Amino acid sequence: MATIAAVIASTHHPFYYRASTSTGADRPPFADEWVAKITSFRETLTRANPDVLVLVGSDHFHQLWLDNMPQFLVGKAPFYDANWYNEEREFGLPKMFFTGQEDLSAHILRDGLDAGFDLAFSNELRIDHSVTCPMITLRPEADLPIVPIYTNIFAPPLPQPKRYVQLGQMIRDVVESWPADLRVAIIGTGHLSLELGGPRQFGPHGPDPEFDRKAVEWIASGDIEKALGEVSLDSLWEPGNATHGFLDFMLMMGVAGAGRPADYVDTLDLFHTMEAYFTWYPKEASK
Amino acid sequence: MSKYLMNKFLYTVDRDPELVERYREDPRGTVEWWEAERANAILNVPAAERSTWLTFSDDEREALAAHDYPALFGLGAHPFLALTLYIAMFERDYTEPLAFQLEYAQRLSHYTMPYPDIAT
Repeated sequence: MATIAAVIASTHHPFYYRASTSTGADRPPFADEWVAKITSFRETLTRANPDVLVLVGSDHFHQLWLDNMPQFLVGKAPFYDANWYNEEREFGLPKMFFTGQEDLSAHILRDGLDAGFDLAFSNELRIDHSVTCPMITLRPEADLPIVPIYTNIFAPPLPQPKRYVQLGQMIRDVVESWPADLRVAIIGTGHLSLELGGPRQFGPHGPDPEFDRKAVEWIASGDIEKALGEVSLDSLWEPGNATHGFLDFMLMMGVAGAGRPADYVDTLDLFHTMEAYFTWYPKEASK
Repeated sequence: MSKYLMNKFLYTVDRDPELVERYREDPRGTVEWWEAERANAILNVPAAERSTWLTFSDDEREALAAHDYPALFGLGAHPFLALTLYIAMFERDYTEPLAFQLEYAQRLSHYTMPYPDIAT
């Protein structure tokens, strides 16, 4: 059976690539600290020595559109092209290319469907920065086969928060039952408080530092009950109009397991948003 | 009222570099052309199998034709789609980093919670 080598939850900041690769006058003052934190975070995945990556993210109206909108979608393809013209245009992101792990995709779809999740699938998926950002930060070699999983955090109506947690729990169970002697890291990205296209966007900090403080505490301590108690689809509008990206953090809390504190926690207070990085190891490998 | 159609305009223009430039240079003409020729095209469907019923309301058409992104926000257009396209068109006109994004926020500052509903 497969082993879960690590569970990792992170923000996905599309400006990291440009900030970390810029030089001279173009290099922002926060870049060196950001790179140092990412380098340390990357080591948590390297140490886990994974063979396969399951990558949870959310399409930002690239391939998935309002005429045919899945709530949860699993990629099942031999290869994935990645990043889009408008991400190159706005963020300077490079085109990328990944190999798929189709056998694990098929296993997640079959067992996920049988577990009561009516998962959509895609046999030709061009993935976006919600998946490529963690690849850039955590595995820039992009040398491992992947299974991308998309959630809708973007186009209401959305599933209830508990459903994201349950999906995470299911993903963990299904990966652990995959009959392959391989080490799988499950990586998911979302947001803390965030405002996009609204009056609170691009401030000196995230739009709601108090929400961010609480959210980091819930994730770091694995307190799913408290997060579910305080978060609703309606309440997530308050910290910022794009804060439903936090639902992918809740999904990753489901993957990590209730009451499981993270083994690695770090944050970086940037303009516009708080960055947050979490890693859980299997119990026997935890600190 | 069609939040969906406003979003479809923003989405299909944003992903096409030529349309981004055309909308920047001739917003009213681009909106009129798009509503006549593209509004009813289903994106993953042959052209002959188009829809027959999609039109902008007058205030939606005017907001798009006037590049009036505060009005689009008020009408419930998806804020991510609007922001992304308007950055593509106008960030280049500002010298300071984030200057356009901060002006965008300032021009929306009369909106308070709860924001206009974006559900489609």
